[in-house]
Amino acid sequence: MTAAQPELLDIAARIAEMASPGEQVEAYVARSTSTSVKAYAGEVESLTQASSAGVGVRVIVDHREGFAYAGTLDEGAVLEALAEARDNAQFGEPDEFNALAEPDGVEVADLDLWPAGLEHVATADKVAMALELERVTTGRDPRVSAVRVAMFADARGEGAVATSTGIRAWGRAGNCHLAVQALAVHDGETQIAAGLSVGREVSDLSVEEAASDAILRATRLLGSTKPATQRLTLVFEPRMTATILGLVGGMLNGEAVLKGRSPFAGRVGETISSPLLTFVDDPTDPRSLGAETHDGEGLACRRNTLVVGGVLQGFLQNSYTGRRSGTASTGSAQRGVASTPGVGAAALAVAPGSGTHEEVLGAVEHGLFVTSMAGLHSGVNPVSGDFSVGVEGLMVKGGELAEPIREATIASTLQRLLLDISAVGADLEWLPDGTGGVTLVIPDVALSGS
Amino acid sequence: MLDHDLIRRTLTTALRTGGELAEIFVEDKASSNAVFDDGKVENLSSGRDRGAGIRVIVGDTTGFAHTADLSESGLAEAAEAAGAAARSGGGGVQEIALTRQDAPRPNDIAIFPEEVAKARKVELLRRADQAARSAGSSITQVTARYGDSRRRILVANSDGLLTEDDQVRTLFTVMAVASADTGMQTGYQSLGRTIGFELFDTYDVEDLAREAAERALLKLSARPAPSGTMPVVMGPGGGGVLFHEACGHGLEADLVAKGASVFAGRIGEQVADPRITLVDDGTMAEEWGALAIDDEGSLASRNVLIQDGILTDYMWDLLRSRKEGRARSGNGRRQSYKHLPMVRMTNTYVLAGPDDPAQIVADTPSGVYVAHLGGGQVNTATGDFVFGMTEAYLIEDGKITEPIREGNLIGNGPAVLASIDAVGNDFAMGSPGMCGKDGQGVPVGDGIPTMRVPALTIGGTA
Repeated sequence: MTAAQPELLDIAARIAEMASPGEQVEAYVARSTSTSVKAYAGEVESLTQASSAGVGVRVIVDHREGFAYAGTLDEGAVLEALAEARDNAQFGEPDEFNALAEPDGVEVADLDLWPAGLEHVATADKVAMALELERVTTGRDPRVSAVRVAMFADARGEGAVATSTGIRAWGRAGNCHLAVQALAVHDGETQIAAGLSVGREVSDLSVEEAASDAILRATRLLGSTKPATQRLTLVFEPRMTATILGLVGGMLNGEAVLKGRSPFAGRVGETISSPLLTFVDDPTDPRSLGAETHDGEGLACRRNTLVVGGVLQGFLQNSYTGRRSGTASTGSAQRGVASTPGVGAAALAVAPGSGTHEEVLGAVEHGLFVTSMAGLHSGVNPVSGDFSVGVEGLMVKGGELAEPIREATIASTLQRLLLDISAVGADLEWLPDGTGGVTLVIPDVALSGS
Repeated sequence: MLDHDLIRRTLTTALRTGGELAEIFVEDKASSNAVFDDGKVENLSSGRDRGAGIRVIVGDTTGFAHTADLSESGLAEAAEAAGAAARSGGGGVQEIALTRQDAPRPNDIAIFPEEVAKARKVELLRRADQAARSAGSSITQVTARYGDSRRRILVANSDGLLTEDDQVRTLFTVMAVASADTGMQTGYQSLGRTIGFELFDTYDVEDLAREAAERALLKLSARPAPSGTMPVVMGPGGGGVLFHEACGHGLEADLVAKGASVFAGRIGEQVADPRITLVDDGTMAEEWGALAIDDEGSLASRNVLIQDGILTDYMWDLLRSRKEGRARSGNGRRQSYKHLPMVRMTNTYVLAGPDDPAQIVADTPSGVYVAHLGGGQVNTATGDFVFGMTEAYLIEDGKITEPIREGNLIGNGPAVLASIDAVGNDFAMGSPGMCGKDGQGVPVGDGIPTMRVPALTIGGTA
């Protein structure tokens, strides 16, 4: 593949140029290749080599929208998708704001997201890394003698958007990761936990980091018990903070706001959180694995400030929600080949506060250090903000980590949690999903146990 | 779907450098979706995914490759990649004779999705929107979705297996938002069956929409959920996901074999109250997890996992059953031709028991009645699971009283199973589910009679 004249952009442009008078056509074309090696019991359990491609076609005519996709770039299937999208457009209802994105002049960030070296890594070396990850994970602590799986995986993809309204965009990115699920067994009890190492190039990965992360996480939960029901201070590790931030980011979505499904609708300029909190969605930050040059409608990605010092600055928009809300797209259209562009964050990150992780934790007299949350899809309602999730973690006593706990829940509302934040650490950590989290402290939250 | 000689040649190519088993999985899936949101038909979309996944098994190693190119050369390239990935040593050509096996379907399809005019699909959405909005003036937003899919699959392997299935699923969901001074609440209801458009001859989308709207309205006045440990009565159907999470995943043979399940090594043991019989049943006609064959070509079957409280079997896929030298159970499933199969549930349910449902509630002085559950999640290693209650009430003095807000429940699978102390003589299947495991989603069903767990932890704030 060459960067000079991307073939995918040619394909997308050819489809867009088939627009009839009075019709808008958008083509989103994507292609990816990936490898995944799973190791178990000293053997390669599976090795997958995969490549996929597809095209999504959106047609807008008389303000009616239709969409179709095909999981191939085969000429016949692409034309069939265009015909289907045209046919589907007859059944959508007219909406004066339905239109494709138009070039908005925002400059495309100069980002190098392509792992040029990854292409040249031999499969045998990927296999060796997965096997090594299992060996290191199981050879260090007598309580960890097995994994559920140790894995190396990489993915490289490119995407192009072309529209009859003049959009021509192309970008590519890739990354790889090591992941291991360690089993810690002691006194008839088993705990399982995952360790990760992520990066763009293989040279960014560390077997040591993934293995020691998994071992620590699995072993420290051994002997955990169910705590008593109480109210206490929660200390979220950066991974957990990133998860909560992702939920909040979803509520600052312009589509949810327009359709009356966000509790933050109409609150721009108001205080929605503790003044300690500032966060942005910045896909142009190359430290984030969610970084990208273009959004799903082909507009340049840009830095969007969402909350500064607790005050809500605005919402994320795609071109439809921007137009309808009287603002403009923030370059936040998110999509795959099989769907029309929605709205979403790509690289949410908390602005670092003050204090190392140890300093932030050290200031907590009695609390719970939350290391995992379960049931997010069933226990968090993004419309009402109701929040109730299962947690595991370690009690905090006198600023120190104490005994592990499990089979408990924490409950509040996301709105309340944001307002009550009492400390934001400076320990920014970039997570595999592209989000940047820090240690966060929230006092007086209901913990439900025995 | 594919010429049989071409299949044979592809399997031979896959085994050219050796290997014990080669398999080709061909899939041709057409789907359509229509969304009604914010008072109008937002759009109609349709999609087509067609391709093949090829795997080669050598010892404990599986090589896998997939392609959207079903030509001779496309398949040969994928077959070679899968064979090379398995890194087999030996080599040699194997003679493969394919024997076609017809699989009985759980039910016939009366109206295939492609035979239905798009306008009829859209019309259902409009009716649902109107019904939900007329349920109360506090209903401020409605999203209705229609989805159908026709998934034709073919599985063939070097043991000579050749079989096909034609899976048609139809889904309709409604989400309503109700607003008041107290904030916004949501209500969700869904209907899904492994049948075609005839679904709507039996079920009324307006009823579905009203149920969603009423659920949202109810929660506007709901009290915060309590916190702490208390008795929980699960209504019929609504609590099926509890068993899916509390023990279903732990009975998947791949997790069991790796010591990642609390149920490992417990066959023959009393793991639940004797009133509990748990079944996983891919043959259950029309249900959301129904199939004629699994995605490895094994016939769907009805498997009793727990009989009268005693653990009788796990669920199996091809890899695990080969290793153990036992029969497959029809639980090898995959999201698409781009994925490797693994052990998955189909329709998982608990048979009706001896107790009067009304009496179960009357015998509970105080606790929570869960009428409808959302999704859940389990840690199979510890057995700890959570699931969300989307419609629940307090039980006070043996009576169902006030509605409570959403929240998760948490418990430990083995502990909950062993402690269930009442099983109703009613039974209902629950809502259609999408079960996720290692990043792959497959449609599943679940069901239970009314039952009581004496101690579950409610994740509320009150």
